Amino acid sequence: MNPAAAMRSDSAPATGEPIVSLRGVARRYGDTLAVDTLDLDIARGEFFTLLGPSGSGKTTTLRMIAGFERPSEGMVQIDGKDVTRVPPYERDLNTIFQDYALFPHMTVAENLAYGLEAKRVPRGEIPGRVSDALDMVQLTDFGHRNPAQLSGGQRQRVALARAIVNRPAVLLLDEPLGALDLKLRQEMQRELKRIQAEVNITFIYVTHDQEEALTMSDRIAVFNAGRVEQVGSAAALYDRPASEFVARFLGSSNFIERDGRRLMIRPEKIRLAAGECLDGPDWHGEPARLTDAEFVGMYTRYGLELRDGQRLIAHEQNLPGFGLGVDVRPGSQVALAWHKNSVCYFDKMDAV
Amino acid sequence: MSQGAAIDHAPPARLGRRLSAMLWRRPRWAAAALLVPPMGWFVLIYLAALVTLFVAAFWQVDDFTGEIIHRWTLRNFETLATSPTYRTIALRTVGIAAAVTVTDIVLAFPCAYFMARIAGPKLRATLFTLMLLPIWLSYIARVYAWRLILAHDGVLNWALGEVGLPPANIGYTNIAMWLVFSYIWLPFMITPIYAAIERVPGSLFEASADLGARGLRTFTKVTLPLVVPGIIAGSIFTFSLTLGDYITPVLIGGTGSSFIGNVVYANVGIANDIPFAAAFATIPAVVMLIYLSIARRLGAFEML
Repeated sequence: MNPAAAMRSDSAPATGEPIVSLRGVARRYGDTLAVDTLDLDIARGEFFTLLGPSGSGKTTTLRMIAGFERPSEGMVQIDGKDVTRVPPYERDLNTIFQDYALFPHMTVAENLAYGLEAKRVPRGEIPGRVSDALDMVQLTDFGHRNPAQLSGGQRQRVALARAIVNRPAVLLLDEPLGALDLKLRQEMQRELKRIQAEVNITFIYVTHDQEEALTMSDRIAVFNAGRVEQVGSAAALYDRPASEFVARFLGSSNFIERDGRRLMIRPEKIRLAAGECLDGPDWHGEPARLTDAEFVGMYTRYGLELRDGQRLIAHEQNLPGFGLGVDVRPGSQVALAWHKNSVCYFDKMDAV
Repeated sequence: MSQGAAIDHAPPARLGRRLSAMLWRRPRWAAAALLVPPMGWFVLIYLAALVTLFVAAFWQVDDFTGEIIHRWTLRNFETLATSPTYRTIALRTVGIAAAVTVTDIVLAFPCAYFMARIAGPKLRATLFTLMLLPIWLSYIARVYAWRLILAHDGVLNWALGEVGLPPANIGYTNIAMWLVFSYIWLPFMITPIYAAIERVPGSLFEASADLGARGLRTFTKVTLPLVVPGIIAGSIFTFSLTLGDYITPVLIGGTGSSFIGNVVYANVGIANDIPFAAAFATIPAVVMLIYLSIARRLGAFEML
């Protein structure tokens, strides 16, 4: 068993208690409310993501957990203790900064040793822990390098190693992959998941990238304008969004008016056929007119117009013998169908 | 319109075009054309003067006629080395320059830190203006102002008398010079330290706290090492400006507080012993040369 993981399970007995909880936390800057009265419980060992557009309060929330910002109201608890007024250097957590914040005047090894020295870990233990952490992020021979000599991806790994070498109870990650290109980002996403499983540390992850949030998280809190709209697993948020904002922010969505309410259906959950309308107890079917078709590669994107003039988008996978195929011309009549469990209704009051 | 102009003046344009095309093909020539005028000026006026100074230091003056004898001799340097007066003056100059530098570092650091990290943009601009304001005023006027403060019947002693304290007789002393120099050159220390602190991303301080370091450790392990180049850069200003000054010693220091500059001035103007003046003037030049080479090694030139 990995030493870091062993250490964790010793010092943190498994209980149902959340590792981090926010109770009525709010943060004001003058008249602007960055975070509105917020309650959040993050479970031990969880990969928890704060997802939202820029300015939605997710980073401010992370910084209040880290201790860089003090809440205007409310209480922050770590491991059951009130840390609202505890400075960052006394909190059992570490942060990975968006710009990595590596000390430029120190080597990689010195960067890693910094936290251990500050916490007065015995001198003899430090080199071993530093090299273990470098092994974990696959930078075994990079200890003597300067941060300036490293690529973006390598710096990211050093920042990760510098945090986990301290074996914190919680790791905070502030858009850590934002500066990397797509391929490297996907590689690092897998790497982060691997390391999280290995060290068994709670990850609190801030991102505005919905795909990143969906693929990596155990649970996600969707932020909007300083409030949490919904907390849940990726599948729950995607399939059962609690608000129109969540539905729009995660993935693509269609909204149409039905019976005085707003109906939401995901484009890939609409099935198209050239023949008769399918309608039954589980399936809803109706005719529509095809307005346009775009070949996207993995799927084809169809624009549809319903009889009452409302418009929908449908995504059909390009499988042979399935869907409309390529023969369909814009303007032709098609039959669409969706499973009744695939739709969500919102009250018109919610309309954004 | 521009096309018409080009057609009208075809022959000169062709010459110009050929010239620019030639410089385009030979970038070294273009660089040379750019650099020759300033380099020529620099070599002629600056280096030539410096070389003349250095060469003149090895000449001497005929005691009777007062004319310069162009014969190599080390007599000027022997006088400097053996005369206790000149040694005292040289040590005083370097000593006060060093004391001023240390004082300005101590005073400037908190100011620069406050302006770079704590003050908001509005307050920062105000502080910057206040700090730079004295530089725009006459140097002489500011030194005279200090004379009025520090003189025996000056503002300082009046204020001390008002609160029932004995007068502090620091007018016309080395302490007075140290005070005035420290005040006058302070902005030249604040500015590079400010620039150095401002260049450090704020996340580094947060990262230090995040990794468990308290204020003092953050200061000694992160802030100071990253700001040292700025401190060195500032010290180049405060040290060299004090080293070369001769006005403040006259106005504030009084009789027993001559600087190297005062001896140089007296030997050029009154004694007419230019070779000796040149010899004495090489001392601060050599001191600065050593100082700059150390500063360069410490990375201070990236802060200028």
